[in-house]
Amino acid sequence: MRHSTFFWFFLPTAAAMLLFIAFPILSVVMQSIYAPHSAVLIEVETCTPLVGCTMETTVDQEATAALRASEPLGRFVGLDIFFDRGHLAVSEVAGMWRDTATWSGFVEGLSNLPFYRAMAFTLTFTFVVTPAVIIFGLLIALAVNSLHAWLKGLVIFFSLLPFVVTPLIGALVLFWMIDSRGILGTALQWLVSDPDLSLKASTGLMWISLIVYGIWHAAPFAFVIFYAGLQTLPMDQIEAAEIDGATRLQRIRYVVIPHLMPLVTFVALIQLMDNFRVFEPIVGFNAAAHATSISWFIFNDLGGETRQLSSASASSVLTIIGVSILLLPVLVRTWNDFKGKT
Amino acid sequence: MSSRARKQPLGLQILIYGFAGLWLIMAAFPFLWTAWGSFKVELDFFSIADWTYALTGERTKAEYGSPFTDAGYKGAWIQESFYRNVINTFIICFFVVCTSLTIGTLGGYALSRSNYRYTFILLITALIFRAMPPITLVAGYMLPFFQWNVWGLMPTTIIVLVAINQPFTLWMLHSFFQNIPKELDESAKVDGCTQFQAFRHVIIPVMWPGVITTGLFSFLLAYNDFAVTAMLLSEENRTMVPQVAAFLGTTYTEGNIMFAVASVVSATAPLFILVMFFQRQIVSGLTQGAVKG
Repeated sequence: MRHSTFFWFFLPTAAAMLLFIAFPILSVVMQSIYAPHSAVLIEVETCTPLVGCTMETTVDQEATAALRASEPLGRFVGLDIFFDRGHLAVSEVAGMWRDTATWSGFVEGLSNLPFYRAMAFTLTFTFVVTPAVIIFGLLIALAVNSLHAWLKGLVIFFSLLPFVVTPLIGALVLFWMIDSRGILGTALQWLVSDPDLSLKASTGLMWISLIVYGIWHAAPFAFVIFYAGLQTLPMDQIEAAEIDGATRLQRIRYVVIPHLMPLVTFVALIQLMDNFRVFEPIVGFNAAAHATSISWFIFNDLGGETRQLSSASASSVLTIIGVSILLLPVLVRTWNDFKGKT
Repeated sequence: MSSRARKQPLGLQILIYGFAGLWLIMAAFPFLWTAWGSFKVELDFFSIADWTYALTGERTKAEYGSPFTDAGYKGAWIQESFYRNVINTFIICFFVVCTSLTIGTLGGYALSRSNYRYTFILLITALIFRAMPPITLVAGYMLPFFQWNVWGLMPTTIIVLVAINQPFTLWMLHSFFQNIPKELDESAKVDGCTQFQAFRHVIIPVMWPGVITTGLFSFLLAYNDFAVTAMLLSEENRTMVPQVAAFLGTTYTEGNIMFAVASVVSATAPLFILVMFFQRQIVSGLTQGAVKG
């Protein structure tokens, strides 16, 4: 295809992505290093006879408007927003580093800072859910693959539901069930014979519930992909292994899993990207008191009466940096593969 | 295929069936339970007295004379005008799917038919864009949209959702197009077609399965979106998902949680039907990316 033809074919999609993905990223970066102007204040002395003179501080509307017009981006603050208490909290962390003697004290201090709390949950969620989804998905795929043909269709149909359903709605459905008055909540209370047990009340249990939701939501994705991979298993290799006396487990370990390895990489990549942006379950589970994620952090800044764009932008930039770090190994590998091909 | 490798001892078979059954219950039960409970009153759905009330609907019987009531649905659809959110959702989904398929097929076709280095770079860029959480972009939209006075409108949200869907759409269509032999459009060009005519009259007719599958995923992305629609739509243009979230904000205080339950079930129903009819396409779409990517 000639360059010019390619250009015209690709133009609409390129324009959409440039305008609504690339530019917003740039504008997010800009917003994170500029803060909105505060109003210009002037002191006016008002004198009334008999009472005397008082100094009053008022907003100079004209000067404020002029300032905002002359520098529409706002005040340049550099990395201040990144370093403030709501984000990386550099001075607080440095202070704690100096003052706390033990590691556990330092970690506890960190967990009081909102951004580090969100970070801790996001990373825990990402790195627990991703491997769990892969293992659980693989187990389901192996089990379903040896079912009767007519059962397979049924299981696949219902398996798709948790994955296809809107994350917020899926989270709500589970949340209502684990409510202390819901069926799972009641069942848990009965199991541990503690009638006051509430998953909503404890941070640890809330984290576990969110992680269970994450696995429930994404396992079907891994399952479908591994199941498709199992359909192309090299039967001759499996039979050869069997003749050589390999047990069932050994066949899975040494034939099936290596065959599925590229798919595992793919699922891991997609899951890392998706779990890092965990957000809807926190809204659905109403869990902000116990667990916040970076995406929830941004959402919280943007919503409400005061839209804190600068703060949200700084969190966004930090998220983008986080995503890039996660993706970097994959990108480097793909690039090397590509170079090797040409 | 039905060799000895497939034969399993009874214990293993029981284990396999047990595990598959357990997963089946895990996947299906929450939805069935919620759908059943949505026809009850709140005191049955969240039963303090006895959990079996949720099944038998004792309180619902006491209040309405029958174990089922449509009070939750009436409250949500009529009193809270949930039907408007449903209409908004389908308008937005329709235009998102149409637009992203139109520009996506053009772009994906171009990517699959060009062998220059920049196609690879473009695909990797799309992958990076795919990794960006949409909520991080929303912070960048706010200021310009307020300034241009386009915040809260449906067309704005449609364009944003189309753009956010593009990386995924491109990857998927790209891999579908690569499965179509290049000789097909080469020979059309030899016969005197321009590249666009070859695309329009030769490629598109054989592309429908791929286009439908990609369209399904575009639909799901638009339908399931919460971060963008919650932030960019004004109250009267809201789609279902942000409306459900809004119900929660008000209903927890009013004690009318059944509105939220009814709207959740209403929003799940179209997806249920979708999976029923397009199960094959969804599975093939999911695996397409894996096999190629």
